[in-house]
Order: sequence, then C-alpha cells, then structure tokens
Amino acid sequence: MSLTDWINKGRLKSPWVVHFDCGSCNGCDIEVLACLTPLYDVERFGILNIGNPKHADVLVVTGTVNHRNKTVLKNIYDQMPGPKAVIAVGACGLSGGVFREAYNVVGGVDKVIPVDVYVPGCPAKPESIIDGVVKALDVVKTKLGLA
Amino acid sequence: MNDVITRITMDELPGLAQKMFGEGQRLATLTAVDLGDGTLDLLYHFDKDLVLSHYRLTVPKDAVAPSISGVYFAALLVENEIKDQFGLNFSGLALDFGGHLYLADEVQNAPFCKLSLTKKA
Amino acid sequence: MARTILPFGPQHPVLPEPIHLTLELEDEIVVSAVPALGYVHRGLEKLCEVRDFHQMIQIVERVCGICSKIHAMCYCQSLEEMMGADVPRRAKYLRVVWSELHRIHSHLLWIGLFADAFGFESLFMQCWRIRERIMDINEATTGNRVVVSVNVIGGVRRDLSREHQTWIGEQLKLVEKEVLALKSTIVSDYTVKSRTQGVGVLTKDQAHQLGAVGPVLRASGWAQDARMLGYAAFDELDFEPVVEVDGDCYARLAVRFREVLQSVDLVRQALTRLPEGEISVPVKGKPNGEIITRVEQPRGELMYYIKGDDTKFLDRLRIRTPTFANIPPLLAMLPGVELADVPVVVLSIDPCISCTER
Repeated sequence: MSLTDWINKGRLKSPWVVHFDCGSCNGCDIEVLACLTPLYDVERFGILNIGNPKHADVLVVTGTVNHRNKTVLKNIYDQMPGPKAVIAVGACGLSGGVFREAYNVVGGVDKVIPVDVYVPGCPAKPESIIDGVVKALDVVKTKLGLA
Repeated sequence: MNDVITRITMDELPGLAQKMFGEGQRLATLTAVDLGDGTLDLLYHFDKDLVLSHYRLTVPKDAVAPSISGVYFAALLVENEIKDQFGLNFSGLALDFGGHLYLADEVQNAPFCKLSLTKKA
Repeated sequence: MARTILPFGPQHPVLPEPIHLTLELEDEIVVSAVPALGYVHRGLEKLCEVRDFHQMIQIVERVCGICSKIHAMCYCQSLEEMMGADVPRRAKYLRVVWSELHRIHSHLLWIGLFADAFGFESLFMQCWRIRERIMDINEATTGNRVVVSVNVIGGVRRDLSREHQTWIGEQLKLVEKEVLALKSTIVSDYTVKSRTQGVGVLTKDQAHQLGAVGPVLRASGWAQDARMLGYAAFDELDFEPVVEVDGDCYARLAVRFREVLQSVDLVRQALTRLPEGEISVPVKGKPNGEIITRVEQPRGELMYYIKGDDTKFLDRLRIRTPTFANIPPLLAMLPGVELADVPVVVLSIDPCISCTER
C-alpha cells in the first residue's frame, strides 16, 4: 500500500467537516450541532467538526446566501484543499426557502459555489444531515478516482 | 393602538431624549414607517418598569434628523438600520456605518422605501 | 505600547453564527470593539408586502429557529388584539407550554455553547444530551423538532392529549433531575468560576441606560421580565423573575440556569391547570391600525410593531429582537477584557445574529 493509498483511506474513513452559517435562521445550525452531541454523535463514524477550513474535507453550509456573506463563503471554499465536497443543508441553502423573495437574498448556496449534496428540510433533521455527509463521501471518492 | 402616541417635533427631540434619560427611562427601540407621501414616521419607544411610552416624529425623507445616540448609546444600531433601510440621514451618529450596516456595497440604498418594491419571479 | 487591530469573526470556531468584531487591543487587553453586521441580513420585514398576514406566520417563525414559537406567538397576539379575537383559554395555556419548552431547550443549548466557549466540552455534551428530551417532546407533539409552527391567528393548531400531558410530565421530571445533577458543576465548579466571575461586568446603571433586556438585564439586578405583563396565560401562573446582582458572565449563567428550572415549573403549572375547551377561534376581518406587542423570549424582551391598512398585506412590520438590544451593552462590556475572554463575553449575551439582522 502506497502512502497515497493510506492518506485516501484516512480521508474516506474520517471526513473533517467545517460548518458555515450563511444566513440561516439557526434552525439548521442547531441541528448540525445536535449531530455532534451524544444522541446522534457523528464522531462514531469518524466525522469531526473543526473550525479551520484549511483542515476540512467537507463544507456544510446552512442558510441563504446574501450579498455580504457570499464573499465569505467563497473565501472559505477557496481555502479548503481538494478534493472537497460541499453540502447545502435546509430549504434556504437549497433555493432560498421562504426568504427567496427578500431583497438581500441571492438565493441558494449553488449560486456561489458548486454544491455536491443537497439536504432538504426546514430545518433538516440530524439523521438526514448525517446521511448527507455520508453521501458527500461518495463524491470525494469519485473525485479521488476510487469509485 | 393599545397605547397613546405623543406627537413631537424635530426641535423637541433632543430635549425629550435628555428628559427621558434623566427620568431613568430605557430606550426600547425606534421604528420607522414609510407613509408613502415622501415622509417617514419615526416612533420612539421608551420603557420604564414595563410601561411603554411612545413619541411620534414625522420627518420628510430628505431631512436630517437629530440622532439621540449621544444620549442613548443604544439608539446607535437602530438609527444606522433606519439609514440603511429608508435612506434617512441622522446628524451626530455616535458610530456611522454610512448606510452599510447590513447592506453590502453593491446593494441599492434604502430598500424599505415603498418605490423599491420588486417581486422576483 | 502600540495598539493592535484584531478581526474577530465572521467565521470563528466559537461562534455558531457570523458576526464580525473589530477589536482594538493594547497588549492582550481589549480597548474598543466595533461590530460589523449584515452577514445574516435577509430583509424579511419587507416580505410583509408580498405575503399576506396569514403567510407571514411562517416567515416570522424563521426569524430565529431557536425561539420560533415565541416569535409566532408575539405576531399572532398582535393581530388577535388588533382584530379583536377572543382567544380560548386552553389555547393560551398551550402557548405557555410550548413557549416554556422552547425556553428550556434554548437555555440548555446556550449553557452548552457557553461551556464550550471556555473549553468545558463535557458540560456542553451533557447539556445537549438533556436538551434532546425537549426536542423529543416538540417532535412528538407538533411534528417538528425545531420550528414547531403551532400558532395561528386565533389560537393554536394542535392539542395535547392526556397521554401526551402525562408523558411530558414524566420527561420533565427526568429533565429536572438531570439538570439538578449538573447544578454543582455549573454553579460551583472551579473552572467555570475562574473563567466567568468578574468577567464582562455590566453595572446596574449601565444595563438600564444601554437598553439591555432579558437575562442580561436581570443579571445586573433589574427584576424586569416581559412575562410579568401577563400575556397568554402568564397572568394566572405563579412565577418570580430570576434576578442576580453581580452583572458578570457568572451572574448571566446563574440567571439562565435558574430560569431552566423555573420554566420546568411553569410548564408543569400550565399542564396541571390546563382548562378544557376549544383550541382556536376563527378570526374575521383584516388588520387595521397600529399595535405594539411585547413578549419574553429566552434572550429577552421581544417587541413587534405592526401597522395594517385594512388589506391582507401589512403596511409595516418591525421586529425589535432581544439580541439587537443587547449589542450596545456587549460593546460596553468588552473594553478591559482579556483577548482570551472575548468569546466568553460575546457568548454571555446569548447572541442570536439571525434575530438581530432579520
């Protein structure tokens, strides 16, 4: 087994997640956080939540994109090393949700950065967020050419 | 309306703010309402021991209203918000965000005014 | 000594939400803090011109997911008063049940995040574990864990069956037992005390002059709680506002901790006294006139201004959220604080940025 194989194995076995709240109502944020806590406990799958985008494999975005945070979102995405996957969580992250007509709302996350997995729900349930992260691993696998 | 609103003029406002501050009234907030005829209503809500008192100031949109943030520091955020959303200028703001408290630079000014209403498809 | 400018946020590990603070430092001590907002601003007050006043309930619930029930309750109470609806007593009691459940889960959430801000991760995990019981109650009784959406203009949409009431009572007993088991850690642990006592002090005068609300105001010695106004069924329930006098982060923690137990008691009282009858009445007409309504959110006093002009679209909706009022006090707390304590002080006001910016 070469060193690259070892690294790839680690990447797929233990994805590191960075969470960014774009303009969410907090409903999805607290569900993302609830995933880390004892009832759902994603760490048992090796999923770690970290604060630094430079360490992350998967970006979890909640909420609508607005004119001010779209640059922040783009920055965070650009700082992540490849191969990376992006998960949009919640109705707002998917399309703008109930806020799509508001004047300061650009729309879903995919207006700014490419999104690989969409997790619907208002707010999305922790189970579906975990499922979304597992789906995102398949995306990373494909990007690594291992699928 | 569940409470009485007292009308005031722009000249009375600084004196009123001083008086309320002296009486130990807490500034609850300000509310701006576009009346649709080129004027805005500014409502000042004060609270003392859970009793609210309200003051209404009607100003033309292009006027410069006196800021009360010198007396009530708490007015600073809401006055900046009104500047963002209605384009009303305040004189003597303690901290001026220049109409970009919420709005990014490329966004239109004063989106809350009635003329700017647009319906996206 | 040269001054250093340090940006704090918008994406920061301790912050669940984006807010930016420009901190001016002298050595490690904060000299001044200037906030930059707008990362969560959506402009949803303006949506009242494209959604009718019934549809707006769904919008105001999403001002803030954590206290969605209380936003919708405030909005519905305003319109009910405006249109002269006589809300059934059972609906009022049910509103109290759900809003106090929201307060419990919000405060437990906050105690967890606050503990995490000074690195006490096991306390964070414990609080969130207890909180899941409340989320289960929400899900079982309303169908959603977070945005419960039970309010309509004229009452509530869902009733609580006898089985549900008994089950909620059993769950609350467990919640109370588990929260009391954490009491010695939260109130008298050395780590907690050393990081919070004397940090971010807001004096009694300052709190009032800067317009602080909710637990921040009560932690500085003011017995002011919008629930004392007696909206919903609070006029028929027994409670005293929780007050602390020190005004530091520890006092704010103590206020919220005691409010968790107070809310458990309030839910119990409401369930015991729950009257029989209808849960909603049809409300006719369209909103006309101006109204100001206040309720107590977990974070403090929430204020709605609504102006209607006898059409199905509201003329103006203005929401003054508690965090919006607590940001000027935060700016007053920060000078003199060490850089390492900035996250603790920022979290001590229980910031809800999506509320603040709407």
